[in-house]
Amino acid sequence: MSSFWSAWIIVLTLAFLVGIIWLLRWNMSNYTGIKEGELMDHEFDGIVEINNPLPRWWMILFWITIVWGFVYLALYPGLGNFAGLLGWSSSNQDVRSLEESQQATAAAREAGLIVEYDRQVDQAEEKFGPVFAALSERPIEELAQDEEAVKIGQRLFLQNCAQCHGSNAMGGKGFPNLTDNDWLYGGSPAAIKHSLMEGRNGVMPAQSQFNDQQITELATYVMSLSGRKVDPELAKAGEANFMVCTACHGQDAKGNQALGAPNLTDNIWLYGGSQEAIEETLRNGRNGVMPAWKDILGEDKIHVISSYVYGLSQE
Amino acid sequence: MSKNVKHDFVEKRVGWLAVLMTIAISIGGLVEITPLLFQKQTNEPVVGLKPYTALEMEGRDIYIREGCSNCHSQMIRPFRAETERYGHYSLAGEHVWERPFLWGSKRTGPDLARVGGRYSDEWHYVHLMNPRDVVEDSNMPAFPWLAENKLDGELTAKKLEVFRSFGVPYTDEDIAGAQAAVKGKTEMEALIAYLQVLGTGLTQAE
Repeated sequence: MSSFWSAWIIVLTLAFLVGIIWLLRWNMSNYTGIKEGELMDHEFDGIVEINNPLPRWWMILFWITIVWGFVYLALYPGLGNFAGLLGWSSSNQDVRSLEESQQATAAAREAGLIVEYDRQVDQAEEKFGPVFAALSERPIEELAQDEEAVKIGQRLFLQNCAQCHGSNAMGGKGFPNLTDNDWLYGGSPAAIKHSLMEGRNGVMPAQSQFNDQQITELATYVMSLSGRKVDPELAKAGEANFMVCTACHGQDAKGNQALGAPNLTDNIWLYGGSQEAIEETLRNGRNGVMPAWKDILGEDKIHVISSYVYGLSQE
Repeated sequence: MSKNVKHDFVEKRVGWLAVLMTIAISIGGLVEITPLLFQKQTNEPVVGLKPYTALEMEGRDIYIREGCSNCHSQMIRPFRAETERYGHYSLAGEHVWERPFLWGSKRTGPDLARVGGRYSDEWHYVHLMNPRDVVEDSNMPAFPWLAENKLDGELTAKKLEVFRSFGVPYTDEDIAGAQAAVKGKTEMEALIAYLQVLGTGLTQAE
């Protein structure tokens, strides 16, 4: 803050406080020339005014608030650039980037200033940091068996993952079921953790090169892959065009976890397995996004969530 | 009446009473608000802040029209309980181009100050069409008409121009291409584009 605005705040604030003191003192004295308790020369519609002093309790409260005002302004940041004797502030509001935010936190710590927000974070880190650090050193397979770790993982899952995957982790249209041991990107502990840390982006391109008839044939063939009853002629016609699909879904149509291409033979459908849904997928394509969580949750917490997710399909 | 009773003056002259009251009340504003109009903290954007694109700007107006800020705040307070859930607390520098700001004051739903990038576009689409499809016990209303209503972009360029006059650094090309950028897009696309950029000026700065 420039020194002009700092001075502006200080002068106005202090002048106002002094003004209030003057007003209160002035009203404490009897300047009317009429004795206390006697009628004032003031009558309206038969209502008269008595010259009473200010109520004592009210006056005392007023003095207390004035004293409190001065104490507050001395201890906390309030008077322009004066930071207050406690060196306390609520947060680092002047920063311009995450980097600067971290620098400001470090600088305040160095200078021994109290930034309330940082203090809260430090206290929590002190309390929970070792818990998560200890958990993150143990392998995911082991944590999945640990009742305490599963509980923590579930809490984190409900807060951060349930919005898409559901509170029972069974997903929904476009959001994978995590309990069925069918994995788009692999179900090993490392693969799950990678999905959480870095996110995933699954792209099924729209097959606009095919006409409506071809799309229907292809969808019929795709349905036949998981052993469902379909019109064999339509399916046979579709098989010819399935060549295009094998690039991602594989010759055997069992998918490719490196690309997140689903297995088409297991009758588990991310976007619905009806003829219409499959045709829609073929016609318009699909785009599945799993956001990256490493910057939001940090690796230790992700390790615990990974173990929870891993454990869901291990029973 | 005694001559010494000086408050007699304002008690009998309502005009003067109003003037003196205005002065007394203004002091708080002069101390707490006026200096903010000239502070770097409130006037300088954070490093990664980008002006809303034409589509995001239209999305923002839909956000306002549908009253999203009645139930969603856009202000993460500097408490750990909030930053754990939503990310870094909001900074004044993220809101310097907001007119009006959409901080809101009620959280029936979660804070949206950093919702950008948190969910996929697909999730937002499903959620806006019917929130119960993804969040079982949500009490948010559905907004299916957004997927049908198309933008014509008649006023988009004008909107960017107005914001430029407020100091948002739009280029002439931004304004010239504004209508083309939104025409034919659905309101749903615009709203999702807006939601996906919220809060990213701080967290995704290169």
